[in-house]
Amino acid sequence: MAIVEKTVAATESKPRELPKEPGLFRKLMRNRLAAMGLLITTVMTLIAVFAPWIAPLSPNEMNVANSLAVPGTEGHLLGTDNYGRDVFSRLVYGARISLIVGVSAVVFGAFFGTLLGLVSGYFGGRLDSIIMRTMDGLFAFPFILLAITLMTVLGQGLLNVIIAIGIANVPGFARIVRGQVLSVKEEEFIEVTESLGATHGRILFHHILPNCLAPLIVYGTMSIAGAIISEAALSFLGLGVQPPTASWGSILKDGKDFLVLSPHMATFSGLAILLTVLGINLFGDGLRDALDPKMKV
Amino acid sequence: MGKYIFRRLIDLLPTIFVVAIIVFIITRMIPGDPASVMLGPQASVEDVQQLREDLGLNDPLYVQFFQYIGDLVRGDFGISYSYNQPIVELIIERFPNTLVLAISALVIAFMIGVPAGIIAATKQNSILDYGVMLISLIGVSMPIFWLGVMLVLYFSVNLGWFPATGMGSMDEGLGSYLKHLILPSITLATIPMATFARITRSSMLEVISLDYIKTARAKGLREFWVVCKHAFKNALTPLLTVLGMQISMMLGGAVLTETIFSWPGMGRLIVDAIDKRDFVVVQGTVLFIAIIFVLVNLLVDVMYKVVNPRVSYSSSKGGAK
Repeated sequence: MAIVEKTVAATESKPRELPKEPGLFRKLMRNRLAAMGLLITTVMTLIAVFAPWIAPLSPNEMNVANSLAVPGTEGHLLGTDNYGRDVFSRLVYGARISLIVGVSAVVFGAFFGTLLGLVSGYFGGRLDSIIMRTMDGLFAFPFILLAITLMTVLGQGLLNVIIAIGIANVPGFARIVRGQVLSVKEEEFIEVTESLGATHGRILFHHILPNCLAPLIVYGTMSIAGAIISEAALSFLGLGVQPPTASWGSILKDGKDFLVLSPHMATFSGLAILLTVLGINLFGDGLRDALDPKMKV
Repeated sequence: MGKYIFRRLIDLLPTIFVVAIIVFIITRMIPGDPASVMLGPQASVEDVQQLREDLGLNDPLYVQFFQYIGDLVRGDFGISYSYNQPIVELIIERFPNTLVLAISALVIAFMIGVPAGIIAATKQNSILDYGVMLISLIGVSMPIFWLGVMLVLYFSVNLGWFPATGMGSMDEGLGSYLKHLILPSITLATIPMATFARITRSSMLEVISLDYIKTARAKGLREFWVVCKHAFKNALTPLLTVLGMQISMMLGGAVLTETIFSWPGMGRLIVDAIDKRDFVVVQGTVLFIAIIFVLVNLLVDVMYKVVNPRVSYSSSKGGAK
């Protein structure tokens, strides 16, 4: 009886609390694969940021007398390339190019794509038709082919790679944001905001945009992986960053020419791309499950 | 169905027109004089002037545009100055090779990816499921140009099983042709294969928990038929949704695959044209691939309607947007 009274008293004194929804970080950490993805991405980012301290040699320091040295040669953990440059140092500096292009191209694509998607979905009508027809047109090009075509015209260079991959990313973001805007703008709170006299700009950027962020972040994360592969592909075709700048794609391109003699160049550069992209994809998958489970495939 | 296809075709015309405009704008973005860029620094002033005249670059931009659209409507993609051949002829020569590569890659992707996805779904949370998912995750993250190089290293250079480059010829026998086809096809198939496995698994998991599947099992139907006939049929729709996107990726991936294996297809043609600064070929082939992609998407939409007859013209149009 006493126990019952105590229980009743405890129930009455404390209002029943609903279990707290775990935070985003905790959700991510519960997902082992996502946590592994975050770890890989973080390590790669740290390598890119601290490249001058991690790389034992300058990435462009040549020593032709010691060219095509095998991995494990003294002073060259992963061997040297055809110019005698240290492959490990070049891979470490290559991480910078990959991450800079990956993030910048996606920011570029996200900025313009979001802007176009917001305007298109919110205002509708002829403007929507014009914007979305243009996006459909851009979508008709295979992603890498559009980037290749743009690079052919723009010419080699880091900025041009970012612009080319960025432009190829715009239609994807525009479509996602437009779809979100179409559903959010029908919500009651938007009607209320409108009736209170809010300007279009305020409604778009203060009320609609925040509601589009979850799918935008998920799509953006996944797009970084795609942008890194695209940069490597462009460099592999000789259309990416200018030599002698170290990029994973250009190391792979050089390695392809010496495949029989020195397969280590092609092997390690490809592994670096694969590991980074895998890490970002694992993290992106986890982020999608945590933020926007409806997007799950 | 005929009416549906006709309406979808009409609906595609503005998209194709926009694609043509985009290609026109991009090729006019070349900094400086395109004719000088194409001929290189050694070219004489007369040669540059002649090429400018041939390409119509001396005309005002709007005249160039209407000339370009008019030529396209007549099926004239221009003449390559490096091959000294009409682009259409080059496309007719090369496109079948890309098609063979893409179709064989698609078949490999489907034959391995879909059963792998079904097995993973039916054995959910087993080692087999985790294995399939891990491999498919690695597959979607794979830089295929690296995979191609590695396949050449192990299967051509080290083991000598397959030729490293070229397409082979039917004159040398079907075996030789297939030997040349295997490595490029596997390279190109990797990402779609992984994507199909992931999509099949997730859509099968949704379907096999539905009541009608339980009913089929309760009726005593063999598990094989329950999965293959009843569940898979309804899990097919999401697979078709990604098919169009995968074909687009394959057309892009063909550029890289054909470069690695020196496969004489459209991708190789584009890369060679870039090396030779032959922008007319780049313009024509890129436009052609984009149009093919638009038509492939139409085909996928039609298949979608065949699999799911409830799809109406208006809903698919909305969906496409």
